[in-house]
Parts: sequence; structure tokens; C-alpha cells
Amino acid sequence: MIAKKKLSDQIFIGFVYVILSLLSICTLLPFLQVVTLSMSPIEVVNSYGFHFFPTSFDFAGYKQVFHNELIWISYKNTIVRTVLAIILTVTLTFLGAYPLSKKTLPHRTFWTGFIVLTMFFSGGMIPLYMLVKGLGLMNSIWSLLLPGAVSTFLLLIVRNFVHEIPEALEESAKMDGANDIYILRKIILPLSMPVLATVALYTGVYHWNAWFDSMLYIQSEHKQVLQLILRKIVLDGDVSAAGTETGIANVNTQSMKLATLVVSILPILCVYPFLQKYFVKGTLIGSIKG
Amino acid sequence: MNNMATELIKTQGVSSTLKRRNTAQRYLDHKYFFIMLSPVLLYYIIFHYAPIYGVIIAFKDYKIMKGISGSPWVGLDNFKELFTGLYFIPVLKNTLIVNFYKLLFGFPAPIILALMINEVRKPLFKKTVQTITYLPYFLSWIVLSGIITEFLSPSRGPVNIILTMLEFKPIFFMASVDWFRTILVSTEIWKTVGFSAIIYLAAIAGINPEMYDAADVDGISRLKKIWYITLPSITPVIVILLILTSGQIINDDFDQIYNMLNAKVMSVGDVIGTYTYTEGIQKMNYSYAAAVGLFKNVIALIVVLTANFIAKRFSDETIF
Repeated sequence: MIAKKKLSDQIFIGFVYVILSLLSICTLLPFLQVVTLSMSPIEVVNSYGFHFFPTSFDFAGYKQVFHNELIWISYKNTIVRTVLAIILTVTLTFLGAYPLSKKTLPHRTFWTGFIVLTMFFSGGMIPLYMLVKGLGLMNSIWSLLLPGAVSTFLLLIVRNFVHEIPEALEESAKMDGANDIYILRKIILPLSMPVLATVALYTGVYHWNAWFDSMLYIQSEHKQVLQLILRKIVLDGDVSAAGTETGIANVNTQSMKLATLVVSILPILCVYPFLQKYFVKGTLIGSIKG
Repeated sequence: MNNMATELIKTQGVSSTLKRRNTAQRYLDHKYFFIMLSPVLLYYIIFHYAPIYGVIIAFKDYKIMKGISGSPWVGLDNFKELFTGLYFIPVLKNTLIVNFYKLLFGFPAPIILALMINEVRKPLFKKTVQTITYLPYFLSWIVLSGIITEFLSPSRGPVNIILTMLEFKPIFFMASVDWFRTILVSTEIWKTVGFSAIIYLAAIAGINPEMYDAADVDGISRLKKIWYITLPSITPVIVILLILTSGQIINDDFDQIYNMLNAKVMSVGDVIGTYTYTEGIQKMNYSYAAAVGLFKNVIALIVVLTANFIAKRFSDETIF
């Protein structure tokens, strides 16, 4: 009887391993295909067959990318945008979360509700577009930073996290003669670092990948973000729009597309192990305390 | 009688001024907190509440030169156009169909993945699976669409190579009316399943191990342990996430669909988000597009509230 049960368990666990392996392979293959093709000669790119591992090398696509000024400008724009957004969002989120975590704050429920309400109702794409236009933010980096500067969801996570810091800690500091600002700087802020790192990560990934606001609000090509240039090259196949100033004869659109894809993924892949670890931690902070 | 009334009014007046002074005092005591809070409140007023005011252009014939307040009211004309027009109903239908399938297949997928990962006892294998399945979550839909298009390409893509090996005709997936929705749903799962599983894994990690020990004594199979211990234990998390996701039934994933949409699949792939963008921003039909957006937001709100209400009736798990 026991042996039989063990057999059924073994079949089950074998099934789990097979499914998970297949899932992992299916997730990876599209990436392998693109990476391999991006560094293959054009005959291989256009040939029929599986290209999961490179057989011969040709970096013509990458050469085109490296000569493309617009890609580097937009790369810089994305980096600037992401860094500024992280600073802005983390600061604002903490500024909002700390007072709201205080039980003694007058009308605390009202002020929290004032913020939470916006999770359930919003103006939508058109009124926001008109607002940004009306505020004169068009074609400026502020149009990318301000409209999403605080995420209500993250604000609530930080608020709950700060709320969990024992009050006794503050009280004893006060007895030792510390003032509010000192307590904030030396006790609350250091203890909140893990949750603020989570906010920074979420914000960073969001802004690195964002493109729609740039398409809406930014007109001049030299202020656009990487994802949008990528969209032009990869999805619209618009290599000329990407301003290849060298005017390479027979521009190989395909190789360039693939190389651009890889170049844009690379930074994420480099920080990915770090990202993943902290993201998991951060999500857990949010899920357990939220 | 009269005297008593005035007396009453007087005392009430006194207590309310007292209260007022008290409130003012409390605010004064917390002035630094409110100074801290003010940029955030300002942000919410400008970027969340002001656009809600902008919604009124859905009831107006908005003229750029006249501004929001100067444009003439047209009542429900924009909404009449919405429901009688040729384009909106198919767009609404597309949105609901795609999201229904995303909910039907996309919602259970991370739960199943989390349950499977939880069964794995080899740490290295577990870590590898997790690392790989999280990856697509960190990339934009622009990158992923590029990769997917390449992978499904009719002339070079591995999927079609397998199809031809199996003697099927190659399919141009990205431009196929029959396949487009399947592609949307499956690539969405491909992108998010690993990451969404984290929250369930966390919930599973919180289950009291004694329950499994007791089950071991009874010699219960692994599958039954999942069914009778793990699943019921994580039901609260499942219910909350289901409520939160339910509002998505009408909130299409603009990022994904806009980047995959092409002229050939417009009839099955044009959804409210993409439609609002073309009508509003590209054709500058601000009022009409705002009406579309308002309709969408109201429906989303109703769905979430209803889901929350139902959850309250049948279990203790709600989000408010």
C-alpha cells in the first residue's frame, strides 16, 4: 500500500519536473534565438532553421547600432529619466507615507482615503493628456516624471511598513532628547531602507521600459527615450528614421533590428540577478504587511 | 421653551468652537507632518483630481480654443454616438473577449506554477526555474513584441519550422485573425506568470508545516496535500487578487496590444485603449475619446465593487 502511494507521488513529482523544465526552456528559447541571430551573418539570419546557438559570427548589425547616434542619445535620455524618477518617487513616497503612518495625525483616515480613492477612479488618457498640455509640460522631461511621480500602491506599502516600526523606539529616543528631525533621519529612514529600495526598483524598471508618455508628450527626436526609438526600428522597421548618418549601403534592416534589441536588453540582463533577488524580497514585504 | 432652545444652541455653539479650536490645535501640533505631506497632496490634486474634472468634456463639445469651461454642453450626445456608432461596440467586444480569456487562463497560471515550484525539493532546480520565469517581466512589451515576432515569423521562426516539419502549413501568427487573441493571452502569461507566482509562493511559505507533518502521518499523497492543505490555506490571497484583477476585465493592456496590433488584425485586436488613443490623440476627437474613457472607468469601478461585494457575501476576504 505504502509503496503504491510512493509510486504515485514519484510519477507526480516527475511530471512537475518535466513541466517546469519545459516552461523554462520555452521562456528562454525566444531570447536565445534573437541573441544568436543578432550576431550571425545575414545568410544565417535569412536562412531557415533553428538558431539557438551561434555557429558563425558577424557583428555588422552591432556596427550599425554603434554608429547610430540616436540610439545613444535616447539611451542617455532613458538613463537620466530613470535616475531622476527614482529620486523623485522615493522622496515623495516617503514624505507621504511617514505622516500617514502616524496614528496621531488629525483626520488620518480622511487623508488616506483622499489618496486611496484615486486607485478606483481616474480621468483617463484624454484628460491627463490635456492637463499635461495645459500645464505647458509638453516636450519636457517633466511630462515623463511628474504624472506618475507617486504610485498609490507603493505609498501604501511604505506606509504600512513604517507603521510597523515599534513606537517605543521613537519614544525612547525622545526621552534621550532627540527631536523629530533627528528621529526621522537616524531611526525611521535607516529602518525603512529595505522598503524604499523596493520602491526604487519598481520605479526604475517602470521608467526604463516606459515609452507611451514619451510618444504622447515629447515631440523632438533628441529628447525621446530608448524604448520609443526601439519601437521605431524594431516594430516599424524604420531604420532610416533612426538617423544612420553614415548612410551605410545596403542597410541590413534585420541585423540592425536584432542588434538593437540585444543592446537594449543588455543593461537589464546585467543587473538582473540583483534585481530579481530584491524584487522578490520587496514583493514579499508588500504582500505580507499590505 | 424658546429659552431652552436658545440655550441649547448656545451650548452647541460653544462646544463646536471648542472642537474647532481643538482641531486647529491638533493640526498645529502636526504642522511638520502636513508640511511633509503637502507635496504629495499637491501631486494628487494636480495629477489625479484635476483630470477627473477634465472628464466633463465627455459631456461637452470640446473646442481647443474655448477651453474646458468655455466649450458648449452637449449632454449625452457623445455617449449616444458611442453606442450607436459603427466602431465602438466591436471594440468593446474585443476588449471583453481578450480580457475574459486573460482572466480565465492567466489568473490560475501563476497559482499552478507556484504550487509546482513548491513541490520541487532541489534548491538549484527551483532557483533556476524561478530566475528564468521572472525574466520576461522585466522587459518592455516593445522588446518582447520584437522577440515574439521573430520567434513566430512565418519564414524563419522556430514555431513555424516545427509546424512545417509536422507537415502543417506555416502560419503568419502576428497577422492572423484566428490566432491574434491566442497570441495576446499566451504571451501575457509568458511575461507575467513567473513574477505573479511570487505572491502565492510567499503565501505558501506562511502555511504551518505541522499540517503537512500531520498529513504525512496519515500517509496522504502529495496531490491530495495540495488539494486539502495548500490550496485552502492560500484561498484568502487568491480571493483578494481575484478582486483586484477583476477590474481588469475592461482595462486592456495597452502596452502589449498597441505594440502587437497591425492592420490585418484590427478587427479582433482593436480594444478600448488603442481605440481611445486613435480617436482622441491622433484624430483629436477629445470629447468623444473622453466619453470612451469615462465609460471604461465607470464599468471597471462597478466590476471591482461588485466583486468585492460578492467576496464579502461568501467569505471574509475583501479589499475594503
